[in-house]
Amino acid sequence: MDYFAGEYDVGVIGAGHAGIEAGLASARLGCKTAVFTINMDAVGNCPCNPSIGGTAKGHLVREIDALGGEMGKTADQCFLQMRMLNRGKGPAVHSLRAQIDRRKYSDVMKHKLELQDNLHLRQAEIVDIYPQDDFWILKSRMNGLYRVKAVVIATGTYLGGRIFVGEVSYESGPDGMFPATFLGKSLKKLGLPLRRFKTGTPARVLKSSIDYSELEVQKGDEPPVPFSYDTEDLGENKVDCFISWTNDNTKKIILDNIHRSPLYSGKIEGVGPRYCPSLEDKIVRFKDKPRHQLFIEPCGLNTEEMYLQGMSSSLPEEVQLKFYHTIKGLENAVIMRPAYAIEYDCVDPIAMNATLEFKDFPGLYGAGQFNGSSGYEEAAAQGLVAGINAALKVLGKEPMILDRAGSYIGTLIDDLVTKGANEPYRMMTSRSEYRLILRQDNADERLTSIGRKIGLISDKRWGKFLNKQELKKQEINRLKKTVIPPTDELNKILVSRETSEVTTGVRLIDLMKRPQLGYESLKTVDKERPNIDPNIFEQVEVEIKYEGYISKQLHQVEQMRKLESKKLPSDADYSEIKGLRLEAREKLNKIKPVSVGQASRISGVSPADVSVLLIWLAQKNGRE
Amino acid sequence: MKNPPIAAISTAQGQGGIGVIRISGEEAVTVADRVFVCASGKRLADLKGYNAAFGYVEKNGEKIDEAIALVFLAPHSYTGENVVEISCHGGLFITKEVLRTVIEAGAKPAQAGEFTKRAFLNGKIDLAEAESVMDIIGAKNTAAARAALVNKEGILSKKINGIKEELIDKAAHLAAWADYPEEDIPEISYNQLMEAVEHGLNELNSLLDGYDAGQVIKEGIDTVIAGKPNVGKSTLMNLLTGTQKSIVTEIPGTTRDIIEETVTLGNVVLRLSDTAGIRNTDNKVEKIGVEKAIQRLKTCGLVLAVFDSSMPLEKEDYKLIEDIKNVPSVAVINKSDLEKKIDSDYIEKNTENVVYISAGNASGLQELESVIEKITGTNSFDPSQGVLSNERQRNSAFLAKKALEEAKNALEIGMTFDAVTISIEEAISELLELTGENVSDEIVDKVFHNFCVGK
Repeated sequence: MDYFAGEYDVGVIGAGHAGIEAGLASARLGCKTAVFTINMDAVGNCPCNPSIGGTAKGHLVREIDALGGEMGKTADQCFLQMRMLNRGKGPAVHSLRAQIDRRKYSDVMKHKLELQDNLHLRQAEIVDIYPQDDFWILKSRMNGLYRVKAVVIATGTYLGGRIFVGEVSYESGPDGMFPATFLGKSLKKLGLPLRRFKTGTPARVLKSSIDYSELEVQKGDEPPVPFSYDTEDLGENKVDCFISWTNDNTKKIILDNIHRSPLYSGKIEGVGPRYCPSLEDKIVRFKDKPRHQLFIEPCGLNTEEMYLQGMSSSLPEEVQLKFYHTIKGLENAVIMRPAYAIEYDCVDPIAMNATLEFKDFPGLYGAGQFNGSSGYEEAAAQGLVAGINAALKVLGKEPMILDRAGSYIGTLIDDLVTKGANEPYRMMTSRSEYRLILRQDNADERLTSIGRKIGLISDKRWGKFLNKQELKKQEINRLKKTVIPPTDELNKILVSRETSEVTTGVRLIDLMKRPQLGYESLKTVDKERPNIDPNIFEQVEVEIKYEGYISKQLHQVEQMRKLESKKLPSDADYSEIKGLRLEAREKLNKIKPVSVGQASRISGVSPADVSVLLIWLAQKNGRE
Repeated sequence: MKNPPIAAISTAQGQGGIGVIRISGEEAVTVADRVFVCASGKRLADLKGYNAAFGYVEKNGEKIDEAIALVFLAPHSYTGENVVEISCHGGLFITKEVLRTVIEAGAKPAQAGEFTKRAFLNGKIDLAEAESVMDIIGAKNTAAARAALVNKEGILSKKINGIKEELIDKAAHLAAWADYPEEDIPEISYNQLMEAVEHGLNELNSLLDGYDAGQVIKEGIDTVIAGKPNVGKSTLMNLLTGTQKSIVTEIPGTTRDIIEETVTLGNVVLRLSDTAGIRNTDNKVEKIGVEKAIQRLKTCGLVLAVFDSSMPLEKEDYKLIEDIKNVPSVAVINKSDLEKKIDSDYIEKNTENVVYISAGNASGLQELESVIEKITGTNSFDPSQGVLSNERQRNSAFLAKKALEEAKNALEIGMTFDAVTISIEEAISELLELTGENVSDEIVDKVFHNFCVGK
């Protein structure tokens, strides 16, 4: 018998990285929020790598933090090792990554949800979803009917999940959780365009069974830097990671058994990501590569499980054991959890707006792997946006749309809803055309004011931010005013950095413009340097050094935003517009872009088509 | 909000009395001031709206053409932005050259319908106009699509693709290197990168040079026959044309007007002007002719400087030798059948190309032909190697080249590779403009094709 189980403003289906951010944001904005999880012990689970951040993903975490999200803070609380990747490759691609204690991460996140006002964390599998009057009804496996005004679907790999290990396959969620088997059918009935994607994870092995004597050690940064602008005392790195390599024997075992892989025998129909290939994929696709690298990473402080990054596989368990044993250091490795591939249902994100609301289903939002992305950080970023927009809708406020020029989050969402995803979408720095302005060091500058306006940034944090901006302004002024005399000391530095000597006094700012120089190298001659947040120095140095590029990109941003402000009606019939080429008509009708800017990014829409759209729009607006 | 200045020829292409180059954008006047020199000494920036100035268009300090610049200030213009219209002498060659100068001074080539688009955005055009403009763009769009299709099969497209592929390869390598710092991606070295950038630059330069040679073949080269009076300029001209067009007499100063004639020499079309002899004169009419002749020397594509072998060099000759030093030119020593009195060593030393002819006897023409082919690059011009076929393609190649020069510069001064990547991607994007693909997608695809990355 169905029973009425409660009424909420926002219901969030799933309590992974997307569901958590969606639930917290919605509750913090004052909406009564229910977060449903299939298993209370799986909240904030990390079923793949025990790390948060990395290239471009580190940018996402910083941005989530600047908007008032939770991921960065929790990662800081649970970090085991911090590394800033890509130092020396330029500020656009610096990326922070934390190894984390995955059980602790899950506990901390769960506790935060439990303590949050307005938020009800509930173990319940949602099996049906349908509209009723102005509400959505979410039905649980226990026949509870929850009445909500807005829904965020964040089902991850649970939705129709199926695990593959060699010839063995069964319905399952990640990490042995049971899957959401009913909801998919309900969503299909509703009319959502679902399809199958696939991903995978490597084995976890027993720490004491690994021989570390000949492995390369990878240590954290000293001192480690935090993700969150709130974190004041991060603490020390606690663990090391290790590096090893596959060899000819590994390759031979895999090739000898390739017919037993469900990917190659055709059992898996889902599309897997190119950037997260299984080892058998790597070996088949890159035949000439003699060896592949793997990282051995601890899963936590209170566990002996070690994660083998780079070694995901869907080969039978016995084959896994054989090939892991060919690898140096793993000769006697004891598997604790085998590697597996998992196939799941997700939606074609073209069906959504940049608010992450479905175009045809007002009040219904999607986030994370359900939207065709991959990765904890990508999920959290979308969860935050979907949660904020669901809440804003309930509150009757304007939605928040982040554009490509302002954030990686905006780029991620724009790519998803404009281009769709043919494979699980991973964030990369090369996906942003504005990457010299979208840096991890200035995420606060780009987004804190947006988070503040929405209501997710506290007075304290806002004050801290304003103070930092003021100090930054003063520091730039100081660099403009301070003249360094042409002393031997200075010239010695200049010579050692292979840049030309000076004969007259020179302003600090002009020295800083030279690519060879920076705060670090000028330390001894810059005697009146204030004692302020090192992040300010980082930002100032980048802005001075890359001034030309930054202003060029800012100019491109202005252009882009101008087109972005030309809104296209959602009911436009592009086949009726004279002058558009056939390909453009088809694509535009399929995607129904919200603005001329978005239209211009659809492949197959030419600059001339854009002109036609603008003229058509002007005509139309003139008539009305 | 700032729109970058755009420019295009806004009169019908082809021979006409005047040609108008329109520049629009907040910085239109600034850009125009970089190329247009007012005769009054004023700057266009000092002018009020709807005011015109007479002057000339200058490129690298050389006058290209006399022109009138008309300034419209926002919002009182066609597009609603600041607009400068430069009216110069008609004809494809000059108008294109002026447009090119304007683009090199900072304007972007306008897309089809872009002026109209801006006019719309600024509310300057009514509905009726919109209808008709849309039809035109629609038609252009179809034509362009058809042209692009033809081009895709062509050699030019293959060549551009070659440059593009190499750059995308490097950009993908840089992307993989940045996005997968912990994978064992082979290091990309400074030298590899520099090599690719320089190779791209060379290819683009050769395409751009080829375009110029192609234009010479297609549209001809503006050629001036210069020299002091009565050295035999008109005779040379008549020899080349094979008709008696100029008035040939023994009296110095017979030719006062610039006479135009088109002749084919080998595979080069010369658009010949026979100018008045350069000499000091009190005759007012002749003086105008002389001044015109001096000015023409600086703006034309080729000078045939004629000297009389039977007379010693005079003041005017020395001046002419000076004048043609930085201009594509041939010193033509005439009357080589008569007794030699000229200091030909001096000419050989101070000019790049010397040819001896006897205009009366038609000898030396063959030699003149091969020298001209060498100067114009038409001797090595091979259309089967791919040619940029229009001004738009040339502009894309030019902008790609500029971006690569920036990349090269960034490498040289030691900028980090993320900044270099931005310029390389800009170059790719200019090249992709011709095909309508998306840079980011191309690079991401390539990363996964070329590198084994991912956990």
